[in-house]
Amino acid sequence: MRVMAQMSMVMNLDKCIGCHTCSVTCKQAWTNRTGTEYVWFNNVETRPGQGYPRTYEDQEKWEGGWTLTKNGRLRLKAGGRLKNLMTIFASPKQPSIDEYYEPWTYDYENLTNAPLQEHTPVARPKSLLSGQDMNVTWSANWDDDLGGSPALAAADPVLAKISDKVKLEFEQTFMFYLPRICEHCLNPSCAASCPSGAIYKRSEDGIVLVDQDACRGWRKCVTGCPYKKVYFNHRTGKAEKCTFCFPRIEVGLPTVCSETCVGRLRYIGLVLYDADRVLEAASVTDERELLASQRSVFLDPNDPAVVREAEAAGIPRDWVEAAQRSPIWALINKYEVALPLHPEYRTMPMVWYIPPLSPVVDVVAETGEDAEDPGNLFAAIDTLRIPVEYLAELFTAGDTVPVTAVLKRLAAMRSYMRDLNMGRDADASIPASVGMDEASMYEMYRLLALAKYDERYVIPSAHAEQAHGLEELATECSLDYDGGPGMGGSGPFGEGSGVNDPIAVENFHMLRQRQTTDTVADPSTRKARVNLLSWDGKGAPAGLFPPRSGTDGPHLRDPEGPSGETQPLPAGGSVPGPAGTGTEPTGTPPTGTPPTGPARDDDAGAGR
Amino acid sequence: MNTTETLLWVVIPYVCLAVFVLGHVWRYRYDKFGWTTRSSQLYESRLLRWASPLFHFGILAVFLGHVMGLGVPKSWTEAVGISAEAYHVMAVGIGAIAGLCTLVGMVLLIYRRRTVGPVFRATTRMDKLMYLVLAVVIFLGLWNTVAGSVLNLGGYYDYRDGVSVWFRSIFLFQPHPELMAAAPLGFQLHGMAAMLLFALWPFTRLVHVFSAPVFYLWRPYVVYRSRSDRYGARAARPGWERVDRPQKVR
Ligand code: HEM
Ligand code: SF4
Ligand code: SF4
Repeated sequence: MRVMAQMSMVMNLDKCIGCHTCSVTCKQAWTNRTGTEYVWFNNVETRPGQGYPRTYEDQEKWEGGWTLTKNGRLRLKAGGRLKNLMTIFASPKQPSIDEYYEPWTYDYENLTNAPLQEHTPVARPKSLLSGQDMNVTWSANWDDDLGGSPALAAADPVLAKISDKVKLEFEQTFMFYLPRICEHCLNPSCAASCPSGAIYKRSEDGIVLVDQDACRGWRKCVTGCPYKKVYFNHRTGKAEKCTFCFPRIEVGLPTVCSETCVGRLRYIGLVLYDADRVLEAASVTDERELLASQRSVFLDPNDPAVVREAEAAGIPRDWVEAAQRSPIWALINKYEVALPLHPEYRTMPMVWYIPPLSPVVDVVAETGEDAEDPGNLFAAIDTLRIPVEYLAELFTAGDTVPVTAVLKRLAAMRSYMRDLNMGRDADASIPASVGMDEASMYEMYRLLALAKYDERYVIPSAHAEQAHGLEELATECSLDYDGGPGMGGSGPFGEGSGVNDPIAVENFHMLRQRQTTDTVADPSTRKARVNLLSWDGKGAPAGLFPPRSGTDGPHLRDPEGPSGETQPLPAGGSVPGPAGTGTEPTGTPPTGTPPTGPARDDDAGAGR
Repeated sequence: MNTTETLLWVVIPYVCLAVFVLGHVWRYRYDKFGWTTRSSQLYESRLLRWASPLFHFGILAVFLGHVMGLGVPKSWTEAVGISAEAYHVMAVGIGAIAGLCTLVGMVLLIYRRRTVGPVFRATTRMDKLMYLVLAVVIFLGLWNTVAGSVLNLGGYYDYRDGVSVWFRSIFLFQPHPELMAAAPLGFQLHGMAAMLLFALWPFTRLVHVFSAPVFYLWRPYVVYRSRSDRYGARAARPGWERVDRPQKVR
């Protein structure tokens, strides 16, 4: 047994209202840069729908993930190592920008600058890739809320696996949202596809990261990941992916998407697993066994033998305790209501989902029957083949038995709790009918329905003695890195060349000179951004609003605002340093370049 | 050995090679982040699918050809029983095919760079300069092969007795510039352009060649990085030195 800890997430799909807050805040924190316009570390797809990028689930087409060879060994679906290298010069299975969408902005300037004319001037869409006018024909959520169905939803690869007859009834019956982030897989095929070995799994918490200094832009990981959660930054030529907000996790904060989730449906916690058994579990012959085999890899954190082994493996005591309180462990192995997304890709994904009962409830309610009556619900789960089959294609490689079991548990909880809430006597037969006792059903209800903050997120902070092993902890002097202050910016070899800034510098200190722009298209201001990664909800993060001209003279720009929370901005955008416009020593008050009006972005660019 | 000869075939080569070596060291230290292929496949892949493999397989064959032709003395190949004629036929044959693939691939790549909007917009000034010099080198090299060895324009010249010896002499630190001075103009220009390319190399996207990921064939599929990898990355703060305790090796 080789115990390892994995930071993982469970999402309760019943609660997702499809508001996309998670996507937007994630983007604001991580990918609001040129080159990552189309990059959504977190995206929310309407199901049925094509997903993002389009039809990514069709692995016959995209060849992501793993497959079993005839002799029962795992092999990358896109081909073995040699084939991977031989196709390096032009990757045969990489989605093009059309499968995502061509990012664009609008020519807003035209609204104010257009000469007097008969027709109202318009802000034309301009491609952020070519700079030319473009027609907007697709984007990240073009088929949101079944928009464009049935034409668009019919291309859903998951739907295609269910028989044709089903499709038609189906659009009338249900729809739900599927928020997705990187799965931080136990057996990540992205890492396995990376020729440089730049993608690694952190042995402390299992977060899968791309080493930006080691990535050489071979872009093979994009093909490798079946969930298409590695994106290619087309400006820097490097792969980027969801980081599980590791700078937040390390200090005990949940990810940005979880923190801001309106439905409060995300759970974060540790899972202990046996690293020696991962490969074996991922190689079971029958796809439908994968759910069970993955569950069996997880170790019971309350088992003294496991605790002993965990300690021997160097997992700190408080991490083991956190694993014992982990909502993830409870939802996956104790209540058995969480299921993995597409286990058939054999990457052992670690973001699991509680399938939505709402489609079933809706149907029962529509018929005028009591949608909280266990009998009605159970009968509906059994007869509503379509949603159940669809969910099974998503979560259990097509096996409806586990999905039905989960839905029945959720239905039972609903009915059981109704009695309690109505002040009636609890009916112990309801939990019993789904193999639970009353106490655990109530606990499950607490976890699912009340979901207090500290129950949803059980995140032990990283250890000081591990600080150097974890990427770039904020406790280190932010200027203490190769090249030091004044470097950064864009070097002479194109976008992003030169020494890059450690994330700790970039995010925690919210470099002032990056936060003052209102153009997204101009590459010279590419580093300008508002960063929400370390925003605690108080005050306004620097750069959120453009400086007010006139009133906002240098005299008002002392480094600490009245509340000490807002960071005032130098209006010059970035202060050109000796080596381009780089990292300004944090902590030094801004030099207070006076506002120069709309031209300010240009002088920022001049140094580059 | 006159001054011009020395300047052209001793000083300039050494300067260029020094820039090549030191440039790479510097670039790697200063700019690990910029060390990438800058793949443009996201923008366009229909042309790239043909152009890039054609170019790359071609240029890799050409590279191997140069290793053979420049690196291996004629006496060695003859010692293993390859006659000069057989070698010549083989080299010119393979060289011409590989060169042609490279050329076609490169023309397609350049065409794509220029005509596909997003690709052109992502093209840096360095890219343009690099392509210019690369194209000159490749064109002259192919010209030498075809015009010199196939069509026999300007008489027969065995570069293995001239250019190759000069090339090796550079690395043996006993340069023979007179050999280059005696070579046909085509070879001189090709050599000079190549030197220029070497000097440019570390400052272009061509650095990606040096990270050709051959180790991928042997390394374990999934890379783990553990904290112990980073011990000693910097001195511990006073009072925070690590206490060594037996740790299970992962
Ligand atoms: C040795 C192994 C090599 C590997 C693995 C390799 C790999 C690559 C890759 C993956 C790309 C990006 C293609 C794309 O997606 O846009 C690329 C581009 C390029 N490579 Fe290489 N390369 C190698 C050697 C070379 C050599 C020897 C040269 C020339 C001397 C070269 C010149 C180029 C050029 C000019 C481009 C840019 C193509 C464009 O216009 O987009 N490569 N290479
Ligand atoms: S989901 Fe994440 S960890 Fe898994 S293969 Fe894709 S990028 Fe890698
Ligand atoms: S923020 Fe929460 S509720 Fe809103 S779309 Fe994201 S996951 Fe769903």
